[in-house]
Amino acid sequence: MAAVKFTLNGKSQTVDVVPQMPLLWVLRDSLGMTGTKFGCGMALCGACTVHINGQPTRSCVTQVATVEGKSVTTIEGLSPDSSHPVQRAWIEADVPQCGYCQSGQIMTAAALVAKTTDPSDSDIDEAMRGNLCRCGTYQSIRQAVHLAARYQRGDAR
Amino acid sequence: MNPVNRRSFLKTGAAVGGGLVLGFQLPVKGQAQSASPLKLNAFVKVGTDDTVTLEIHKSEMGQGTVTSLSQLLAEELECDWKKIRTEFPGVEPVYGSPMMGTYGSLSIRTSWQPLRQAGAAAREMLMQAAAQRWNVDKSQCRAENNAVVNTATKARLTYGSLAEAAAKLPAPANVPLKTAAQYKLIGTSPKRLDTPAKVNGTAGFGIDVRRPGMLYASLERCPVFGGKVASFDATKAKTVPGVKNVVQISNGVAVIADNTWSAMEGRKALLIKWDEGKWANVSTPGLRQEWAALAAKPGQSVRKAGDAAATFAGAAKKVEAVYEAPYLSHAPMEPLNATVEVRPDGCDIWVASQIQSAAQQVAAQITGLPADKCLIHTQYLGGGFGRRGGADYVGEAVEIAKAMSPAPVQLTWTREDDLQHDTYRPASYVKFAAGLDAQGAPVSFSARIVCPPFGGNGTAVEGIQDMKYAIPNVQVDYTAPATGTPVSYWRSVGYSQNTYFMEAFLDEMAAAAGADPVEFRRKLLTGTPRLLNVLNIAADKGDWGKPLPAGRFRGVAVVNNIGSFNAQVAEVSVSQGKVKVHRVVCAVDCGQVINPAIVEAQIQSGIVYGLSTVTKLGITLDKGRVVQKNFNNYDPIRIDEMPVVEVHIVPSRENPGGIGEASTPTIVPAVVNAVYAATKKRARMLPIKAADLV
Repeated sequence: MAAVKFTLNGKSQTVDVVPQMPLLWVLRDSLGMTGTKFGCGMALCGACTVHINGQPTRSCVTQVATVEGKSVTTIEGLSPDSSHPVQRAWIEADVPQCGYCQSGQIMTAAALVAKTTDPSDSDIDEAMRGNLCRCGTYQSIRQAVHLAARYQRGDAR
Repeated sequence: MNPVNRRSFLKTGAAVGGGLVLGFQLPVKGQAQSASPLKLNAFVKVGTDDTVTLEIHKSEMGQGTVTSLSQLLAEELECDWKKIRTEFPGVEPVYGSPMMGTYGSLSIRTSWQPLRQAGAAAREMLMQAAAQRWNVDKSQCRAENNAVVNTATKARLTYGSLAEAAAKLPAPANVPLKTAAQYKLIGTSPKRLDTPAKVNGTAGFGIDVRRPGMLYASLERCPVFGGKVASFDATKAKTVPGVKNVVQISNGVAVIADNTWSAMEGRKALLIKWDEGKWANVSTPGLRQEWAALAAKPGQSVRKAGDAAATFAGAAKKVEAVYEAPYLSHAPMEPLNATVEVRPDGCDIWVASQIQSAAQQVAAQITGLPADKCLIHTQYLGGGFGRRGGADYVGEAVEIAKAMSPAPVQLTWTREDDLQHDTYRPASYVKFAAGLDAQGAPVSFSARIVCPPFGGNGTAVEGIQDMKYAIPNVQVDYTAPATGTPVSYWRSVGYSQNTYFMEAFLDEMAAAAGADPVEFRRKLLTGTPRLLNVLNIAADKGDWGKPLPAGRFRGVAVVNNIGSFNAQVAEVSVSQGKVKVHRVVCAVDCGQVINPAIVEAQIQSGIVYGLSTVTKLGITLDKGRVVQKNFNNYDPIRIDEMPVVEVHIVPSRENPGGIGEASTPTIVPAVVNAVYAATKKRARMLPIKAADLV
């Protein structure tokens, strides 16, 4: 066991766990923050995506010791009231079906629109292809990412 | 299947908090008229705070049932859509007897009448309560927007203010329902009720259940189906930090820890000797050989008209082909899991299940408790697709929790567990023969289907046995091979493979006749006008026969399943054997539509689910073991492989058909037929490999 200190959704957080434990399970089991999902355990599906220092990262293969001193943002911390442009767009387009992959989809999309103000379809495909959706919401995701980018730019309210 | 039409023997009672509960028929074991709403088979509760709580007795796995069932209730209830809350109730006969569950694309079909009745009856009681309050006749009252209005005085009483009085009234039977022209919600697309919780991480899936003192389990199963533990050594596993215990259950060895990861790590440290049993030498090539031999002989006749053999012998042109489809895993995004607490007096099961009754039964069997002491708490399903109709994972969790009683235990499967211990869509092998006359019209059609038996009667042959083409001489045979691989329902069930076989072979028949694939089908579908209609719409909207960009080709397919009809035109290109699907146009007739946006989403969803199987997914066996382990070698389509999907819904006042499984079968042959148009190569085995096309 070892104490690991990092910033979680803007607040200081210390956990005392096995340092090899993936961040995913620290979030879900140690801290009870279940918005981040387990899908494959091998960084193949993207359901566990969080931001580490702003970068979309697969928490299922990220040992918690490696986030020491870093800033972690999960779906719970993306906004206090679902007002992030990506969340607003997801609501407007009614993207989710079963919804299980959507935390990861939203976190990946949030990182995309933060750095690419007007993503093309191929930008979206490139950024989002690591996030599987078995319900097949891909067409809605594409539409919602374009809308989120407009919200982010302030072109649409 | 016919919709269940529950007769309206209504019961009421006072809800906790003084609200109105309204449910149907069947008082549960002397509890009729009791105070607790949850024990009264309720669909509707009205709170004194003016909220309306709707009991959603069908599982939400993405198909939109929380929203669409609420629309059925709210249409007649005249409640404020913004004040609706929903709950998943426990197992009660009223929610499905003898089985409560969500399967067969039946939710709307079986709820269409009873839920509107439930909404209407609740509304009438609120109106009656208002009439009594005002001392006027009920005919002077009108319900609108969560309130009853006195049409003479314009006075209003909110539903909340009427709830207590209404709850004391008898429930009316046979309340007339609105006509289609009066619908305000049915046929519209209000925002989905489950979306807000699914964009901020708060939606509660089975895997998200957290109970005080809960432990986490991971289970090692025999890699060969039907195998058993011979012996095991847990010494090393017990030294893994966080591991609390190791227990053997009926189909494996479980490691229990204070977090999921420690349980998985402890599991890796187990030393287990398996008795692999009699299926340890099964391999996919061997099965194909066995099934080919079975298909060489006639099987059990499941459809016969005229004399297919004689007319084939005398046909001007003959077409013969063998088609094969692999086992498939469901792979819902949420790995299987269940959380169970076993106490001497009862058992609680928190689970994302498609068949709650089966989960309850398995818990009762394992614990020895009465079924009504095994409470099922339904959570959101992170995908179902048929997989969560099984109760195998629930039984495992109950066995482990029983060993750890009274601590609650959550069993979580890994993705590897999911792919290697599924109840699979069966592999299948079909030998076709068809004869055409000199003008190219089909005179003879025969199929010998070899497919492991699964589900109810006819599931292994549906899609061929019930094909709608007017061919005078037909012979369909079925042979069930013996296998040890567990099989079950997979989205669209037998149609998932048989529509591929049927529609691809029909394309071969059209080619042999020198006929256009759409025109060939049109001539044979005059007896099924709704299928012919969607074919015509898909052909028209899909620009059938019109020029395409260089390198693009079209294919078409149709299906009539789950009480609905759909046709698809797929546009593909093939480059160095790699298939790219650019555009899919789908026409669907599913009768009266409740929520068009959800219908469209389900059509897209079904297409993605089916499309993954054309070029990518297949489960193969080697030495009794499933070869595929994770999304690296069982890799569904991703966003960059998503075609543009256009959906055209036929306006209809027919009773609703199903939608969740409508489009999955059709996409497969539509793409396979387009690939033929592009390459002149028939993909008679899936998934298509690039080498097959170059």
